[in-house]
Amino acid sequence: MRLKLRIWRQAGPTAPGRLEDYAADDISPDMSFLEMLDVVNEGLVRQGKDAIAFDSDCREGICGMCSLVVNGVPHGPDRGTTVCQLHMRRYKDGDTITIEPWRARAFPVVKDLIVDRSAFDRIIAAGGYVSVNAGGAPDGNAIPISKAIYEQAMDSAACIGCGACVAACKNASAHLFMGAKISQLARLPQGQVERASRVAAMVHQADAEGFGSCSNEGECEAVCPKEIPISNIARITRELVKAVWRGGE
Amino acid sequence: MPQLDARVPAGPIAGKWDRHKFEMKLVNPANKRKFTLIVVGTGLAGASAASSLGELGYNVLSFCIQDSPRRAHSIAAQGGINAAKNYQNDGDSVYRLFYDTVKGGDYRSREANVYRLAQLSVNIIDQCVAQGVPFARDYGGLLDNRSFGGAQVSRTFYARGQTGQQLLLGAYQSLMRQVHHETVTLFPRREMLDLVVVDGRARGIVVRNLKTGEIERYAADAVILATGGYGTAYYLSTNAVNSNVTAAWRAHKRGAYFANPCYTQIHPTCIPVSGEHQSKLTLMSESLRNDGRVWVPRKVGDRRPPEQIPEDERDYYLERKYPSFGNLVPRDVASRNAKQVCDDGRGVGETGLAVYLDFADAIRRIGIEGIRDKYGNLFQMYQKITDENPYETPMRIYPAIHYTMGGLWVDYNLMSTIPGLHVLGEANFSDHGANRLGASALMQGLADGYFVIPYTIADYLASTPLPKISTDHDAFKQASDAAQRQINALLDVKGTRTIRHFHRALGRILWDDVGMSRTAESLTRALAEIPKLREEFWHDVSVPGAPDNLNQSLEYAGRVADYLDFAELLALDAQHRRESCGGHFREESQTPDGEALRDDEHFSYVAAWEYTGPGQRPELHKEPLVFDEVHPTQRSYK
Ligand SMILES: Cc1cc2nc3c(=O)[nH]c(=O)nc-3n(C[C@H](O)[C@H](O)[C@H](O)COP(=O)(O)OP(=O)(O)OC[C@H]3O[C@@H](n4cnc5c(N)ncnc54)[C@H](O)[C@@H]3O)c2cc1C
Ligand code: FES
Repeated sequence: MRLKLRIWRQAGPTAPGRLEDYAADDISPDMSFLEMLDVVNEGLVRQGKDAIAFDSDCREGICGMCSLVVNGVPHGPDRGTTVCQLHMRRYKDGDTITIEPWRARAFPVVKDLIVDRSAFDRIIAAGGYVSVNAGGAPDGNAIPISKAIYEQAMDSAACIGCGACVAACKNASAHLFMGAKISQLARLPQGQVERASRVAAMVHQADAEGFGSCSNEGECEAVCPKEIPISNIARITRELVKAVWRGGE
Repeated sequence: MPQLDARVPAGPIAGKWDRHKFEMKLVNPANKRKFTLIVVGTGLAGASAASSLGELGYNVLSFCIQDSPRRAHSIAAQGGINAAKNYQNDGDSVYRLFYDTVKGGDYRSREANVYRLAQLSVNIIDQCVAQGVPFARDYGGLLDNRSFGGAQVSRTFYARGQTGQQLLLGAYQSLMRQVHHETVTLFPRREMLDLVVVDGRARGIVVRNLKTGEIERYAADAVILATGGYGTAYYLSTNAVNSNVTAAWRAHKRGAYFANPCYTQIHPTCIPVSGEHQSKLTLMSESLRNDGRVWVPRKVGDRRPPEQIPEDERDYYLERKYPSFGNLVPRDVASRNAKQVCDDGRGVGETGLAVYLDFADAIRRIGIEGIRDKYGNLFQMYQKITDENPYETPMRIYPAIHYTMGGLWVDYNLMSTIPGLHVLGEANFSDHGANRLGASALMQGLADGYFVIPYTIADYLASTPLPKISTDHDAFKQASDAAQRQINALLDVKGTRTIRHFHRALGRILWDDVGMSRTAESLTRALAEIPKLREEFWHDVSVPGAPDNLNQSLEYAGRVADYLDFAELLALDAQHRRESCGGHFREESQTPDGEALRDDEHFSYVAAWEYTGPGQRPELHKEPLVFDEVHPTQRSYK
């Protein structure tokens, strides 16, 4: 099939950007969305033109590197699917597809479709961990953890840190991302000691990075490739309240 | 021929590591922060090393290609991680894990390293649980296990189908905690382009800042490479697309020997190639072979859809040839047989390069729901990619490159032949011999990073004079100039063909001639074709864009250029090893039943190659393998 593409091109962080038109010919329905872009890029490279820059690595929906807004939707139209797992059979001959980067104050564009998501790393650095050094851990079976708790912790831990939640949110809030980590660790016995300080530190860091607040619209949940529910966000509030209480004790 | 000394400590195998730990020198706590250590790579090996060294108080600089350390290729591992916990009370032990690993590696690994790995495996699980890694639990709340190939006990720990992700996030979080404590500084979106060697010791690296294009220099007291495997040399593989051999190869050119490059692992159950556009292959867990039956049509060229092929016109070739193991033969055997039937013209699907993995019998036996419970997510992934419903029509699968056992040679302390350069994880060659067992790579990466390097590097630092050096030193200048020259050379070719064209062409040569089975003839052909392709690359590749900003074409071109060099060593190693072992199958060396036939008399050694200059034949060094514990025998799966 043949497609019309409108792709965001931006030479660098401070350069102005704009949508440019490209034709994608000979696209097979078996291609993934990123393979379709590879084909377009090969055409550009053959002509000695600058390839369209976009991030990807695992191409199987787990590393969180790919990050495209497709026709206004982060990761495109398929629910629970990263853009690297989206396939071209979803489109038909003659379609026009607009491709843009994540847009959020805390995710500045580096080039074309690539953004800087290091703010997420700094949120984790603020407290998204259990403070244990290597060596000296007790036996793995010392504390039994019920299957139900494990399943819930795992549901939250599935976050791939791609940032689609931020890109979809009109406030560019990082609450789903944070909520997932906070919930995972709050549910597990290992996460209890630092439960209060963790949530406070992460929320504080997110504010400092320029992420917005959460107004419960649920756009984040709708685009999350791992379908992490917004109940994880409610958890942040609960944990914060608890943290304040404990702080007062 | 010079022999290599792995510096394995003396004494009985079970006590070697403890004794060695006692005998190694320590760095006084107050002095640790005076040492700067570079860790390249943030996969399981690199992240666990950098965080542990940070915890000890060293000043650590951590580098990776991705925008965040959390995205390293380790994140994609699905199945699980082995550990000799014996929680199932089914007869597992450190000794059994050690034994299985040596045997699984077809008696081509170093016993002392493997034993240590098995010992440390139990600590890994404890460490990860303490970090909050959500391993699967049974109904009593204890850790659950599954079984994996090459073992008769249940010792694989897992977190749904996302074990690598959860282990890596555990290590990443520990790493970020050290960033918070300012013992570790992160350098993401950096690609190591050279190792800096001063007075014979590794003292720094030169990297390209992938955001700005700048060539940057970093000095240190020691360098640790944890840069992963080289599977993408074959173009199509199950590895992440940015995986590369660049860091290891450039260290090799500076004097680090490259060991056993021909030991590559081909995984039998991947989703087949659908066309020229394909950029990577997706693994389907080998657990599927528990219930799926592998078959192809009996007749050559039978193009009927599978449901129209009657039972007696199907060839369940694994069940036919290996009645006792059937569909559960090891990875290498399953892969070779799939290739064989396709080479015979009996492959299925549009390309003829696939075999069926059929669940019809299993569905009849345990019902669609039973199958969905066991493999639901895999079936869904398969359908997403192929648009076929595997509940109704058999899956099509084909082998693909998955893992590389070869890597930079290291001694017992994980130090390469360049003093001060240590190599961890898939990037080294150490523990898996000629074939890695499932769920053992994650174990090795974390053992290296959490529990081996923190001890062995102290010994190096405490026993080596390390005068302060600055990045103005001539060696840094020379290395960064060389990196810049290579970049300019790539941009100056201004040819007509794409980088991907060359990568694909290289992949085809390697897959066809240095792939699942190799012959003297195919290797001679590969060794003639690779230099030709390299010539063409340097005359006709088109690398657009500028050197001084983010330029993915340039990054890719550099990696392919290194693969074009490295591939020759891979083929040469395969040519010199005129025996079959594990993943290395030389057609000339097989048993009467077509199984891999080792030649212990002539090839029971690690082949470590020394770089001798461009266009020069590398020099072979041997580390003889001694088996005091496990007696080498011929594998059989009949
Ligand atoms: C699909 C799949 C499934 C798997 N499943 C399992 C499993 O279930 N169990 C198991 O045990 N094993 C499994 N494996 C194997 C296992 O995942 C890998 O062997 C292991 O994760 C490698 O870890 P590592 O830390 O050595 O390297 P990687 O995780 O590959 O990390 C390499 C790091 O080095 C960096 N790097 C590379 N080159 C450079 C450079 N030039 N400059 C700077 N940085 C660089 C990268 O950015 C990255 O951070 C699987 C592999 C695949 C492909
Ligand atoms: S490329 Fe890894 S999730 Fe898409």
